[in-house]
Amino acid sequence: MNKALEINHLKKSFGDLEVLKDISLNAEKGDVICIIGSSGSGKSTLLRCINLLDIPDSGEVWVNGELIKMSKNKAGNYYPQDQDQVDRIRTKLAMVFQSFNLWSHMTVIQNVVEAPIHVQKIDKNKANKLGLELLAKVGITEKADQFPSSLSGGQQQRVAIARALAIEPDILLFDEPTSSLDPELVGEVLRVMQSLAEEGRTMIVVTHEMGFAKGVASKVIFLHNGHIEEQGTPDELFNAPKSERLKRFLESNLAI
Amino acid sequence: MDSFILLRFGDTGWGDEMLRAAIVTILVSLSAMAIGLLVSVFATMSKLSSNGFIRSIGNTYTTVVRGIPELLVIYLLYFGANNAIMGVAKKLFGYNQYIELPVFLIAAIAVGIISGAYSTEVLRGAFLAVPKGQIEASKSVGMNKFLIFRRILIPQVMRYALPGLGNVWQLTLKDTALIMVTGLVEIMRQAHIASGSTYSPFTFYITAALLYLVLTTASSRVLNSAESWANKGVRRA
Repeated sequence: MNKALEINHLKKSFGDLEVLKDISLNAEKGDVICIIGSSGSGKSTLLRCINLLDIPDSGEVWVNGELIKMSKNKAGNYYPQDQDQVDRIRTKLAMVFQSFNLWSHMTVIQNVVEAPIHVQKIDKNKANKLGLELLAKVGITEKADQFPSSLSGGQQQRVAIARALAIEPDILLFDEPTSSLDPELVGEVLRVMQSLAEEGRTMIVVTHEMGFAKGVASKVIFLHNGHIEEQGTPDELFNAPKSERLKRFLESNLAI
Repeated sequence: MDSFILLRFGDTGWGDEMLRAAIVTILVSLSAMAIGLLVSVFATMSKLSSNGFIRSIGNTYTTVVRGIPELLVIYLLYFGANNAIMGVAKKLFGYNQYIELPVFLIAAIAVGIISGAYSTEVLRGAFLAVPKGQIEASKSVGMNKFLIFRRILIPQVMRYALPGLGNVWQLTLKDTALIMVTGLVEIMRQAHIASGSTYSPFTFYITAALLYLVLTTASSRVLNSAESWANKGVRRA
């Protein structure tokens, strides 16, 4: 069976700064992979290279056994060979952002049904029904007709998760989904994410929430300075870290 | 009392002439605004381009047009356009006669080019005001460029641009007064003609002022309701 996600030898620099140095990783269907590491370790860039919000300099990304085709231009820069393929694969890879990024001119329900109706051409009534179900799932049905600006951060992030689920993706990418939330709002978002993991969804989660990584992840990856310093089950990484760096990272993050 | 006689409708008064001139002003303003908006869409795309040469075209346009007096832009276009057309006619068809372009067209284009330069700055600001994250979110659900433009950018750009464009509209409306120099009979030109032949300049210029005020007040009404319609979803804090 094809792997849900396969990344081979991914490299990415911003100018002189090498952010990702030869990263390879695999996700089986149903895996919840948590990527941890200090800020600047390249976690977010890695996630953004998967759906090509950042274009890698070299390497391969396979989604469901399909390679995202890349070419090199005259200057030697990588670029997607077929933008239609990228757009299509992106509907298999929904992303949840740190800053929610809901479309501010649309109501909550409009945010959720936008891509199903306009990208996937699903019938409007069907999309609305699905949208309301998803809002119920993230516990926010009563706000369906409000605009994002009237919602709290935690509510906005739950809507963003519903929006991501609406395109019925194979893989969910979470880019520090709780980092811009007030502490008392973090729980409601993590609970939704945990229930998604329990449904057997494939998730790649960049996070600072060690408790979540420990309790929910099937695999944890510790990124340091653009390479994978250590990876394994949560038990291996949190209870028996091998590298000095991971030990120090865990001490400073769990002490709080 | 004399003023009212002067402003009567029909053969004896100037009322109908002034009203007709007001309609010309409205038509020139609308055409100029439309031309300006069309120009400004391209100029904005040019100014936001990643290509340095394309960017310099847009920058030159806004710098030059905003940097010289509007009357001068009108003169340059009025004489320049006729000369250019005559030059082309002579070169291509050997046509040697004097050609004059319809004055309404020149007026609309001239004011349109001025208005477009200001609209460009408004649109550019509005485009930059759309949060980048919302564009990324659109990409991440598989929307293509065209869809992002139509569904995400345009509605938000219009919202951010409306107050600024309303301002440009008022300026455009008033700038049409300058095109009296081309001989097009709009409010200003008509007031000038009427006061010249009746020796009552004050009557006609105050009439002109009132006509402009009616037009600008009416348009701010329309713009205000357009803004509140476009601003749904914006937190009013």
